[in-house]
Amino acid sequence: MYHDCIMAGFGGQGILMIGDILSLAAMHDGRNVTWMPSYGVEMRGGTARCTVVISDERIGSPITGAPSGCLVMNKPSLDKYESWVSPGGALVANGTFIQESDFTRSDVSRLLVPTNDIAEQVGDKRTASMVALGAYVEMTGVTDTPGLKAALEKTFSGKKAKLVPINLEAIEQGRKFARENRK
Amino acid sequence: MSDTTQQPQRQMMKGNVAIAEGALHAGCRYYFGYPITPQNDIPEYLSAELPKCGGTFVQAESEIASINMVLGASAAGARCMTSSSGPGISLMQEGISYLAGSELPAVIVYVSRIGPGLGGIAPTQGDYKQVTSGGGHGDYYSIVLAPSSVQEMFSLVQTCFDLADKYRNPAILLTDAILGQMKEPVIVGPRPEPKAQDKPWALTGNQGRSKNLIKSLFLGDGEMEVQNWKLVEKYNRLKAEDTMAEELWMDDAEFIIVAFGSCSRMVESSIRLARAQGLKVGLIRPITLFPFPEKLIYERTASIAKVLVVEMNTGQMVKDVKVNTHKNADVFFYGRPGGGMPTPEDILEKIKEFY
Repeated sequence: MYHDCIMAGFGGQGILMIGDILSLAAMHDGRNVTWMPSYGVEMRGGTARCTVVISDERIGSPITGAPSGCLVMNKPSLDKYESWVSPGGALVANGTFIQESDFTRSDVSRLLVPTNDIAEQVGDKRTASMVALGAYVEMTGVTDTPGLKAALEKTFSGKKAKLVPINLEAIEQGRKFARENRK
Repeated sequence: MSDTTQQPQRQMMKGNVAIAEGALHAGCRYYFGYPITPQNDIPEYLSAELPKCGGTFVQAESEIASINMVLGASAAGARCMTSSSGPGISLMQEGISYLAGSELPAVIVYVSRIGPGLGGIAPTQGDYKQVTSGGGHGDYYSIVLAPSSVQEMFSLVQTCFDLADKYRNPAILLTDAILGQMKEPVIVGPRPEPKAQDKPWALTGNQGRSKNLIKSLFLGDGEMEVQNWKLVEKYNRLKAEDTMAEELWMDDAEFIIVAFGSCSRMVESSIRLARAQGLKVGLIRPITLFPFPEKLIYERTASIAKVLVVEMNTGQMVKDVKVNTHKNADVFFYGRPGGGMPTPEDILEKIKEFY
């Protein structure tokens, strides 16, 4: 098993955190994983990006120019990374800021997720990135609920432990949306 | 603590943090440093953790002060460390030379940034030649180790402490922002209690033993020459006993790539791509940059005639490879300086060009 993905969006949208959660889930699954944040001057300009590589084998490069999947939370990230996705790869986009007509690729599995709407239904707008993560996991099969649950428990511990259920629910609702709407 | 917490556990850890935790595992209880990107996670972590385990954290007024505080702590027999990057390490060179001249152990963590000058914070391997040549003035070398994973950031900083003590010589852990900023699972056990170090030469207060003297000044006629040859003997022992390199896919290799540190990770991916196309490429990854794995390079190139050196600079380690390559082999170079990172696809193209 080998999967590499780029996650990108505005700073503050939770990109680094969902990348973290995906990595922790993969580690829980017993796999090798690397998490690499965007690094350089661009981190000061308000763009957040991370690259996560998951493999059963020893991982070489922690960066990729042709990811198996891409999760974009805003339009500038779609514009930058859509062309990078490997043919046949997955492209999950945040429907709150991106429209169907913004896509240019037809050789990838695309999914537009209304993350804010679903997050509001879940009960907290701040879980929008978790909704996107759930959709991404459903589209790629890269991990599953036990890993994600363990990852959330590790991320939200102590006083923050009460945040685990709502975040898990947001992930599950993202997965449900992807199951029902993927082409 | 319950038994479960005593078991080594896999945890996602940032490279820089793994270095700091590794230093604590090695029994380092004294850190002196001055901030510079991209290594600030190290002092940040140690400033919180060292006081908890009875250690001392000092943010000094400069890099020059930091390295001289290291010299003082080392002379008193303590395991101690500093960390910095490009311009900061340049400022420390006088102190590192004094450490080498005084035969004092110390660990210097070097998370490179692009240069020359103030340069930038992007990853680079442009400091290879600085660290492997000693760096400061005089006829000396520092021990240099180059990790290529977060697990190795954790383990090799500990090896640095052991080798520094074994040879009474400064040891440098050379890394960059890729490994410093990335997270990977690291197997970490509970932090052991620091072991007592056997350092009969240390300046511990003269209590019923003969006087210890630590100095790097030798003004007597011929004294310095004797001292220089003594250092060479030490370096030769270091070469014989503690040279480290990793070999991958070398069993059937017809073409060798030599790469170290973060760059070797991109090379690993490129070799998987090459092998999928039937190209039999192997990897030699020097782990100790000083001592360089000279003998290994010579032996392997006696039977494999093509060597590609890949570095994130304009060509530094390639000179060490060339000097040690068997006369029958050709050496090629592919480099990306100034923050340019070779992708596995870029390297694959070079493999095809020279194979």
